[in-house]
Amino acid sequence: MTVVRLPRAGFAGSLSDRLASIVIRGSAFLAILSLVLIFIFIGKEALPILTSQEVQKEASLSTLFFPQPAKPGARPQYMWQPVSEVPKYSVLPLFVSTLKVTVIAVFFAIPLAVAAALYTAEFAHPWVREVVKPAIELLAGIPSVVIGFFCLMVLAGWLQQVFGWTYRLNAVTAGLGLSLAVIPIVYTVAEDAFSSVPQTFREGSLAMGASSWQTAWRVVLPAAMPGVLAACVLGFGRAIGETMIVLMASGNAAILSLSPVDSIRTFSATIAAELGEVVVGSAHYHVLFFLGAALFVLTFLLNLFGHWWVGRLQKKLQGAS
Amino acid sequence: MFDKTRITGAVLQGLAALACVIIVAMVAIILGNILIHGLDRLSVGFLTRAPEAGMTGGGIFPAIFGTFALVLLMTIAVIPLGVATAIYMHEYAPKRSRMVHVVRLAIQNLAGVPAIVFGLFGLGFFIEFIGRGVDRAFFGGSLVYGQPAIIWAALTMALLTMPTVVVATEEALRAIPQSYREVAYSLGATRWQMISRIVLPQAVGGILTGGILAVSRGSGEVAPVMFTGAAYFLPELPRRLNDQFMELGYHVYVMTTQSPDVEATKPILYSTVLVLLMLTFLLNFTAIMIRARIRKRLRYGR
Repeated sequence: MTVVRLPRAGFAGSLSDRLASIVIRGSAFLAILSLVLIFIFIGKEALPILTSQEVQKEASLSTLFFPQPAKPGARPQYMWQPVSEVPKYSVLPLFVSTLKVTVIAVFFAIPLAVAAALYTAEFAHPWVREVVKPAIELLAGIPSVVIGFFCLMVLAGWLQQVFGWTYRLNAVTAGLGLSLAVIPIVYTVAEDAFSSVPQTFREGSLAMGASSWQTAWRVVLPAAMPGVLAACVLGFGRAIGETMIVLMASGNAAILSLSPVDSIRTFSATIAAELGEVVVGSAHYHVLFFLGAALFVLTFLLNLFGHWWVGRLQKKLQGAS
Repeated sequence: MFDKTRITGAVLQGLAALACVIIVAMVAIILGNILIHGLDRLSVGFLTRAPEAGMTGGGIFPAIFGTFALVLLMTIAVIPLGVATAIYMHEYAPKRSRMVHVVRLAIQNLAGVPAIVFGLFGLGFFIEFIGRGVDRAFFGGSLVYGQPAIIWAALTMALLTMPTVVVATEEALRAIPQSYREVAYSLGATRWQMISRIVLPQAVGGILTGGILAVSRGSGEVAPVMFTGAAYFLPELPRRLNDQFMELGYHVYVMTTQSPDVEATKPILYSTVLVLLMLTFLLNFTAIMIRARIRKRLRYGR
């Protein structure tokens, strides 16, 4: 391929060229800047929990992470009751809720999405692909508020009728709804990983007498494993931060319990439900930003990790083919 | 006959096929349910009238109008920003340079930030920092821009949808043959002339795809606008940049969770959901069609 040396910026020296260069570079810089600004401005509002004496009277790290007595002299408990006479800000019930619903969502979504991706990439007739792929795209296009609506109005009733749960809205209902939001992302990344496995891998395996499923199971799946794991990590990140579905379908009760059929209240739903009524600058306000900062850092790390893994897989397979 | 590996193979393949069936069935059930119940109330009047009698009658026109106004403002902000960022990565920066790597990483991570965190950011940055700052500087400290408003909601949404535009534009830029650029340079075009007269016209399809996908995403998201400008009920349509507005998704959320009379609002609620779904699907469908054409060119066009 011939390489053409591009003129350096400012070479022509015309005003429009210089102006365009500045605007375009500025925009790219803005993309980085906005991520930094998000970090700074969420962090800035969360910081008073560590620094401000005023805020720490109500909420400090110890009230956030250790049990507090409901009344003076009562047994210390983990409780989230930000609007009571003695506000209680234990994040443990919220953390357990978030973890519970995320694990349930991922537990349903990952096997379904990965199996479907493997099937469409390795076995399916073209017409099956023509049905499954648009269905996934449709699913990805459904706004999460609509999934939340469906869970609350329809799915919760069906599930309660079948299983006879005490609470209509619980971690399983919300988790199932959440899995609908996770499936498209896991499917897409996993399918990409499967199709980026070089054709020679399959041909070699088939030539040695392996059946098509043996090829898929023992050759394609292991080769694409980093991509599949990345898909799981990205799906996990999506599930942790998703708001509307859990806000509408989880019951929003901050109960500290490990039972999957109790109502729950996640980090994201807590922010969504309480930020509207909070006084700007109060301890409660800063605690909600603290939850947001935790969400941001967590999803940021998961995404960084996931994309790094995808990149590594691509490099490895490109080297192999 | 009863070859063990063959049976295991058939079972595993069957399970994988079952996963496909389950996913397709779930999508069909959700859409079918909403379509069946939603069609009852859907009429021209429903789309063009304001809500009446505490959301138990009338239509959803203000919510539709608010959603359109929101995504229009959002598009004005996000298209130039997203397109310029893509052009920087693909046309300006040296290939494989560190800066491109960092910008791409930022875009990828921006796409993964939860919507509710954008909502917090909108409140903390746009309203409390920028809005209050503008008020202090120009309005003597009275509340004009330092409160939830459509402009802040639109800017928050623009940040959220920027990765969509960047990714779609980049794909379009990649589809343009390198020889086009070389010819332009050989004829003495400057870099900006080459981009504005050769690259951008060729990339219009991709930019359009990105814009449409961004609009689709923006019209469905609720969490970022909850605290930055959306209101449950307003007697008047938004006229100024600092007005609040009604939004379809937020309307669905509030009607679902805070309705005093669930049975009375249910038909309206279903129809509102159907309108929201049709809007996003129509947009997605258009974007997918345009994208398919670009990909075809990417594959065969050289």
